[in-house]
Amino acid sequence: MTDPGSPGAGPHASGVWVFVEARRGALRDVSIQLIGEARRIADRKGAVLSGVLPGWKIDSLAREAIEYGLDRVYVVEDPRLETYTSRPFTKILAALIRKHRPEIVLFGASKNGRDLGGRLHAVIDTGLAADCVRFDVTPEGYLDMIRPAFGGRSLAHIHCEKQRPQMASARQNVFRPPPRNLSRRGEVVREAVEITDADLDVRVVRFVETPKHDVSKIDDAKILVSGGAGLGEAKNFALLEDFADVLGGAVAASRKPVDAGWVPKAVQVGQTGKTVRPNLYVAVGISGAVQHLAGMQEAGTIVAINHDPKAAIFEVADYGIVGDLFQVVPEMIRQLRARSGKTAVAVSAAAGDR
Amino acid sequence: MTAGDGGAKRGLRIIVCIKQVPKAQELSVDPVTKTLKRVGVPSEINPPDQNALETALRLKAERGGEVLVLSMGPTSFDESLERAIAMGADRAYLISDRALGGSDTVPTANTLSEAIHKLGSFDLVLCGEETTDSSTGHVGPGIAGHLDVPQITYCSDVVVVGDRVRGTRMIEDGAETWECALPAVVTVDFGCNRPREPSLTGKIRVKRGGLITRWSAADLNLDPAKIGLRGSPTIVAKVETVQLPDRQGKIFREEPAVAVALLLEALKKDGVVLP
Repeated sequence: MTDPGSPGAGPHASGVWVFVEARRGALRDVSIQLIGEARRIADRKGAVLSGVLPGWKIDSLAREAIEYGLDRVYVVEDPRLETYTSRPFTKILAALIRKHRPEIVLFGASKNGRDLGGRLHAVIDTGLAADCVRFDVTPEGYLDMIRPAFGGRSLAHIHCEKQRPQMASARQNVFRPPPRNLSRRGEVVREAVEITDADLDVRVVRFVETPKHDVSKIDDAKILVSGGAGLGEAKNFALLEDFADVLGGAVAASRKPVDAGWVPKAVQVGQTGKTVRPNLYVAVGISGAVQHLAGMQEAGTIVAINHDPKAAIFEVADYGIVGDLFQVVPEMIRQLRARSGKTAVAVSAAAGDR
Repeated sequence: MTAGDGGAKRGLRIIVCIKQVPKAQELSVDPVTKTLKRVGVPSEINPPDQNALETALRLKAERGGEVLVLSMGPTSFDESLERAIAMGADRAYLISDRALGGSDTVPTANTLSEAIHKLGSFDLVLCGEETTDSSTGHVGPGIAGHLDVPQITYCSDVVVVGDRVRGTRMIEDGAETWECALPAVVTVDFGCNRPREPSLTGKIRVKRGGLITRWSAADLNLDPAKIGLRGSPTIVAKVETVQLPDRQGKIFREEPAVAVALLLEALKKDGVVLP
């Protein structure tokens, strides 16, 4: 067993903390987004907002985190902390939480943020709400941690009333990054947490970077053309590539084409994939299982193309075409090309603001 | 055991933690009430846990040893445990007790860890990256924290060499390979392999019976204050229905050339400026 005992309940617990994730010399986007939201929570509680930043050569990142809204950063610097691994980071967070007793600790729900939070909450024995999309403070002063429930049709409000700190992770790309204020000042506090060889129980032996254009394409695209089981086979995704090109968008997919190995998992939209909010989402040959809808139902305008008039996707669509996608999509491409040259492809704010 | 002392010849003892969940792809929304239709939805082994089980069975095929399946939940979970055995697991254990109801991820990780202690030594605990019904991903790392062993999460590829495990994690900006000594907890990415179907011999083993062990909270000597609802730091205070944007739902059934023209016109009218 690891070190026993919760940092304890807490009338004395105070302060809002965020785990600030440094990744290859930069702050992770989700950490910046989280600082903005945590600032709002701290202000509502009249609390100090602190960050915990383990890493190596991170002075400029600590300053940057303050410029985004932190009052204080606890910095733990060690060359062995340059790349995240679970045990040393858990040890640092646990030690600092026991020492300073924050009331709230928030993580970005990156893979590493979830890895860390999951281990930490078991070690210090406190609650952790995953992948929150909204936060609030209840009249009693509890953190209201709001996350999508199964199927994406409802939101669960999670409270952690007795144990401290109250912990949650925030879903990526949900909260807006706060403006950076270069004249903002804060305190950098250097903390020493002993890291032994035994703590370094994992070795990072290899990293293969995913090319940038593959990483964020579907997260950031304003227009998504998404294919489902109706595409039939891998090579038919070439049709969607053409379609996306003429629209100036990117290609996504539902779960079936990913399961079948037609497209990589990185482009999967849905409960077990990504949540996207493009201005225009064109669902092609997608039946509309709830698990898919959970990932795209907040798109600005939804267009569905499906041969089955009873497909569930039509229930959430603004527009639908009932027909054979292998006729409809080429026709779309043809008509869009015929129009092009007059105006650039753009989607107005009005369409995306819902 | 240290590297080079013959560890490569030893079989692996692998514990796979699984959960039974409603089949997400069978869920649909009632078009009238706009709520989830859950009645009569069939269950399945949580899909990422299926990938974890497949990983375990492949490791066993390479290295020998045994694959034990562990779950916590109502007795209806037997269905999934039987399927796991039919797929090739050696034995299964179900921790089932009313007192465990309402567990959040803290008592769940705690209870599973106590059961793993009771199972004795192990080389690997494998879990799915997350469940499709709760989507936290916290239980695997929680077990690693409780057991005080290394963890490698979000692995799409798991290799055991000698007495070390190497897992390639698919994270946001790339594929990162971690390596650690056994025993360890590894969580497996959804969709990283194709889970096998139950085999005929596997089904016969299920029929013969005797491969599923039931444990109560008392069998694990669990502290009543650390389990179930009482042992859960978090509560679901309320659930609100998501207000989705009202969609017009205009369907075009004309021939493709006409339908497409009508659609493009409608999009243009809505302010979606097209070329």
